Amino acid sequence: MPIQVLMPALSPTMEKGNLAKWLKKEGEAIKSGDVIAEIETDKATMEVEATDEGTLGKILIPEGTADVAVNTPIATILADGETAADLGKVAAPAAEMKAAQSAPPAEPAASVQASPAPTGVAAPHSVAEPDPEVPAGTEMVTQTIREALRDAMAEEMRRDGDVFIMGEEVAEYQGAYKVTQGLLQEFGARRVMDTPITEHGFAGIGVGAAMAGLKPIVEFMTFNFAMQAIDQIINSAAKTLYMSGGQMGCSIVFRGPNGAAARVAAQHSQDYSSWYSHIPGLKVVAPYSAADAKGLLKAAIRDPNPVIFLENEVLYGHSGEVPKLDDYVIPIGKARIARSGKDVTIISWSNGMTYALKAADELAKEGIEAEVIDLRTLRPMDTDTIIASVKKTGRAVTVEEGWAQSGVGAEIAARIMEHAFDYLDAPVTRVSGKDVPMPYAANLEKLALPSAAEVVQAAKSVCYR
Amino acid sequence: MAAPKKTATKEQGQDRDNGPPPEFTREQELAALRDMLLIRRFEEKAGQLYGMGAIGGFCHLYIGQEAVVVGMQMALKEGDQVITGYRDHGHMLACGMDAKGVMAELTGRRGGYSKGKGGSMHMFSMEKNFFGGHGIVGAQVSLGTGLALANRYRGNDSVSVAYFGDGAANQGQVYESFNMAELWKLPVIYVIENNRYAMGTAVSRASAQTDFSKRGISFNIPGEQVDGMDVRAVKAAGEKAVAWCREGKGPYILEMQTYRYRGHSMSDPAKYRTREEVEKVRHDQDPIEQVRNRLLAAKVSEQDLKAIDADVRKIVNEAADFAQADPEPDAAELYTDVYR
Repeated sequence: MPIQVLMPALSPTMEKGNLAKWLKKEGEAIKSGDVIAEIETDKATMEVEATDEGTLGKILIPEGTADVAVNTPIATILADGETAADLGKVAAPAAEMKAAQSAPPAEPAASVQASPAPTGVAAPHSVAEPDPEVPAGTEMVTQTIREALRDAMAEEMRRDGDVFIMGEEVAEYQGAYKVTQGLLQEFGARRVMDTPITEHGFAGIGVGAAMAGLKPIVEFMTFNFAMQAIDQIINSAAKTLYMSGGQMGCSIVFRGPNGAAARVAAQHSQDYSSWYSHIPGLKVVAPYSAADAKGLLKAAIRDPNPVIFLENEVLYGHSGEVPKLDDYVIPIGKARIARSGKDVTIISWSNGMTYALKAADELAKEGIEAEVIDLRTLRPMDTDTIIASVKKTGRAVTVEEGWAQSGVGAEIAARIMEHAFDYLDAPVTRVSGKDVPMPYAANLEKLALPSAAEVVQAAKSVCYR
Repeated sequence: MAAPKKTATKEQGQDRDNGPPPEFTREQELAALRDMLLIRRFEEKAGQLYGMGAIGGFCHLYIGQEAVVVGMQMALKEGDQVITGYRDHGHMLACGMDAKGVMAELTGRRGGYSKGKGGSMHMFSMEKNFFGGHGIVGAQVSLGTGLALANRYRGNDSVSVAYFGDGAANQGQVYESFNMAELWKLPVIYVIENNRYAMGTAVSRASAQTDFSKRGISFNIPGEQVDGMDVRAVKAAGEKAVAWCREGKGPYILEMQTYRYRGHSMSDPAKYRTREEVEKVRHDQDPIEQVRNRLLAAKVSEQDLKAIDADVRKIVNEAADFAQADPEPDAAELYTDVYR
């Protein structure tokens, strides 16, 4: 029976890809291990090897097709003795690509629960209320967050010769998550520096260069690995200005993906929001939208203080509208009302906004108008915006992927109690990651993360509905 | 990759085997004596003020090791940077920082280099290119390598000197830094001040390889053992290392064999070594006495030497007076300098 070749998932978070090129023609013989096609993901161009032998019967997805969802049949392989006449007999989509063996299955269409990683197609485009900084009539361009981050760095590097980037695979490899794509070609190896896998050492070297007046961007492949470097970030970068009586500061950005990706388990799926936001001397930024990613990264690079810039791998491929301005800089420390409402305030940031906004849609259907605040910056925290909203709604729900204990949600709850206690009609409620290390199994991982359903439930409970 | 161009092993120990280091001129001897005396008297005074309760917290004295910073400083030029750990008072004075500002920082007063907010272990002077003063053992090695990266990035010919002890030499980030410094040919001199004890642990109890000049071998970084009690040997080795770095050949390691007379910190009873051991080093190798004896042999009068000592004592006493009379920082300073 002919075998179907499916679009493989080539990374933990891949949901779709472009079929860049077929390297075999219809009718050509295929041996196991032959490279049959090239697939372009948002991170890299990957080769697809056949795992089955036979003849390439039919190409179902022509080369050049963009956004092919994972698990879509892309070709049919005929076994020995089969002919084109057998093509119709395809039954079981059993064939797998080698590269796809560890990949997660596509989100079941029947799932009514909020998915931890929003599927590419259904990704809720945040309906961002325009920032006041953007003049009316400004042209908007649609960009992925990955591109927005890259452009922010490139613009700042053009603007200031003291800005450079260092980290693992940032140069020749074009970025482990392709965020630094093209920077080596434009700026050269002096300003785009590949480092060995030595986070503690290169974080310290970056801080030293910043103490000497340069403005490094230190990329951590993920913030999980920055735990190796956290002494230099906190003891050297965050505290030196104070310890030197204001003499010696440190203008440096530590950036990279933070929080859970997908199916990478406990050591690679931790949210460090509360860790860094605990530290005086650091600023902590965690954007959700593409426009914020760009405008805030530019602000972070210009900031004379050390800035922790928490990105999210799941969001890298998401698109949003970015104002086409020569210099789009969003001030650090200002939250954004992502959606206005009068009944309950939902506060989140980064990928937590995915659940928050989805929940707001659901709540609206039931007649509850949620106001959703995207904090964008965790330190300094825009308490005023939170308090003003809570004074209006009288109810608040925080949403974070990190753990609840000593979390950012706990901090927000405390501030609301301190500044708006008399306005509260219900206790502040937290939706957070569950109090366990991140499990690997798909079902358990989903349970460990917050969901839109949990946010809906929390919002209803504080509204006593 | 081409074969390593340098053979670190061959160079090790050469300086010590090459006989006495080049003689100093009389001016150099006098300058070295004065700078070392300033550090010694300053540290003695700091110890005294600590005993009186005027200095709090940790206070690590540099007495015995003076020839290391003074000799190295003689090998440097304007624009070169210095960074060290928490035993840092001597480094600051050698860099030309004001004794009053250093002492007032020790007493936690507003006239201190860090406005009283850093203390003994955390002081800086951008003006004198002194980058601290770091309390976490080994952190200054990566930071100092970063200073060198900045020099290379800017294309200047400045060299950074990262001082650390035999204890810090066992920290992991030191080797991460060695690797990157050699990989990128960064102009950094790693000065390992081997004073034989990491707090209370003798080198032989903590280090599998006790010859610290060899610690760069697997990174192809040349290293030398230097008599760190002889200021002339330190300067000569420093000049060699500086030349190596300025020529763009990458980092260089100098193991300074030295000794601290006092405890690790003021609260250390130093039970891990005998009184005789300390006395023997003091008697046979004291860096200041070595210079004094050479000057006396060269017919400099006892009186001239006493005048230098008096001059130094005056500076130290004034610093101590200032540090005790200067007010504490204003309460409003609590919230300044967190961000800029």
